[in-house]
Amino acid sequence: MDFATLLQMLDATVRLATPLLLACLAGLFSERAGIFDIGLEGKMLAAAFLSAAIAAVSGSVWLGLFAGIGASIALSIIHGLASITFRGNQLISGVAINFLAAGLTVVIAQSWFAQGGRTPQLSGGARFNPITLPFAEALRDVPVIGPIYFQLISGHTPLVYLAILMVPITWWILYRTRFGLRLRAVGENPAAVDTAGVSVIGLRYAAVAICGVLCGIAGAYLATALQAGFVKDMSAGRGYIALAALIFAKWRPWYALYACLLFGFLQALSLRPDVITRALNFQVNGQLLDVLPYILTVVILAGFVGKAIPPRAGGEPYVKER
Amino acid sequence: MDVMPKWADVILIPLISILLAAMLSAMVILAIGENPWDALVLMVQGSLGSTYGWGYTLYYATNFIFTGLAVAIAFHARMFNIGGEGQALLGGLGVALVCLYIPWPHWTLALVGAAVGAALFGAAWAAIPAFLQAKRGSHIVITTIMFNFIAAALLNYMLIGTLKVQGSMEPASARFPEATHLPSFQDMFSFGETALFRGAPANVTFFVAIAACIGLWALIWRTRLGYEIRSFGHSESAAKYAGISPTKIIMVSMLISGALAGMMAINNVQGEAERLVLNAVEGAGFIGIAVALMGRSHPFGVFLAALLFGFLYQGGAELALWTSIPRELIIVIQALVILFTGALDNMVRMPLERLFLAMRRA
Repeated sequence: MDFATLLQMLDATVRLATPLLLACLAGLFSERAGIFDIGLEGKMLAAAFLSAAIAAVSGSVWLGLFAGIGASIALSIIHGLASITFRGNQLISGVAINFLAAGLTVVIAQSWFAQGGRTPQLSGGARFNPITLPFAEALRDVPVIGPIYFQLISGHTPLVYLAILMVPITWWILYRTRFGLRLRAVGENPAAVDTAGVSVIGLRYAAVAICGVLCGIAGAYLATALQAGFVKDMSAGRGYIALAALIFAKWRPWYALYACLLFGFLQALSLRPDVITRALNFQVNGQLLDVLPYILTVVILAGFVGKAIPPRAGGEPYVKER
Repeated sequence: MDVMPKWADVILIPLISILLAAMLSAMVILAIGENPWDALVLMVQGSLGSTYGWGYTLYYATNFIFTGLAVAIAFHARMFNIGGEGQALLGGLGVALVCLYIPWPHWTLALVGAAVGAALFGAAWAAIPAFLQAKRGSHIVITTIMFNFIAAALLNYMLIGTLKVQGSMEPASARFPEATHLPSFQDMFSFGETALFRGAPANVTFFVAIAACIGLWALIWRTRLGYEIRSFGHSESAAKYAGISPTKIIMVSMLISGALAGMMAINNVQGEAERLVLNAVEGAGFIGIAVALMGRSHPFGVFLAALLFGFLYQGGAELALWTSIPRELIIVIQALVILFTGALDNMVRMPLERLFLAMRRA
């Protein structure tokens, strides 16, 4: 593989890893607070649709982004109601949210735009456009560093930088703030947090809301940056890959970045089968690359490569003692 | 302890949940500018108004009985098997291999052979997540989700490569030989001039599904194993104390679950398509979740809920055909049913319990 192709592949990796990373961090907040969330997929999908729809109607991608976040938060509130207030099964609630999003997006898209369940193509200000970082043009011809800076680091949409910035921010919130400490505690031992006089319900709702915001950005990125408009089922299992990445990262922010980059790289590879054939001199089955994230996750879950231990109170509703 | 009488728990709560789901669905239909009442009439006419409609309704219901029973038996052991979709896909592979490579003399034998193949393949696909849950403590929900994707990729690979007909562009297996074709309702119930169920895909598998319901009921409530599964589901520690092996219960209940999901394939692969095509399951594995939740994990409840979803599925297809309401409306209804009967169960239950308490005091 020559240098130019490698750069192309890495560039694609960053673009494909961004939605995974945002969704993965979303899941991290929720699950660290003890709320399992397999509804990441549905929230992304709902956000992708509403952001594309509002961007198409208003012509402003920023309005679209906020609408997308709103859609995702609405689903988060349903999840919160079901799993925190009414102490229902969090997994079943997640499944319901995924189906709700999969169905509603197409039904609404069809009656709103009448284009077979998709939104109109977005262009110009209705999309997130790449931004060129300072000096990228000037440094372009410097050997090695120039192309890396110009192609790999510069020239992404703002949401890509936001996603990467979210990794240290998440780390800082979780490990260096009082809120983060309490959030982690509520996922491990909610009774202790309650005894300390901190609201378990409030903390869990906060975590679910943060999860909604991040999933909303992830979905908006799909429809307004990675692609130009919404199509049916466009999240295409990314929410589940993000969930896999979260387990792969053992619920830690920096590892989440590495896991998402790895899975993003696998996705980039499966889009370019010719590259593998040239580099390895034999054909790798595309289906194998597609499912590798899932297989790796099962291996990790099986505990053969270090044990993945979820937050202890995950999935269990908290019932205050009387 | 029980605040409510049993009939309220078994009948009233699912009924209220489904009414809530129906009301919200009606609001969705209103919002997209159609008349909910007209839509309902159209759905009833299209799915129950003719033997043709019934033929489709019962065909879908057969699929959902199998996947619903699969989810239900796992629920009894307090496990959530989301992997019905993947297990049913693998069941399809089992059916295809049995039908294509064994020369069957008659469809009755082929049905038995295919059912065994489907059950074995489905059970095998459930066995790995079950083993990982029992021995390594990996969460069964996550592993079964992952196995759904792996199954889809495996089936794609088989249908594009190994099983594809030479020279054909379509990713599908060869047609099954004549001797393996199952009799459809049209073959079974048409006498003389009057052809009933003409062209509808419902077939003899429907009766296999009913037998599966009865068999599972007997297993859960009339055998020692069923008792062990239920006690494990109620309290793992108590079951352990009583000498019930958690590993055995997790493995056995998931194997039965996978086998039931896999057996759906004798309906859709052997009975309807008569060959293996891409994405043959079409989400029936997931509908099994809604069916099991609504049916309160009881085989008879599953049967009724499967009929309801069969009606919704066929009615939804009619709606998509005659109105501007897309087929995806059914997915919305399915989501609402899962939400109200599964996740928001307490939202319906709490006020009802309060009401019954108040009535008892009065």
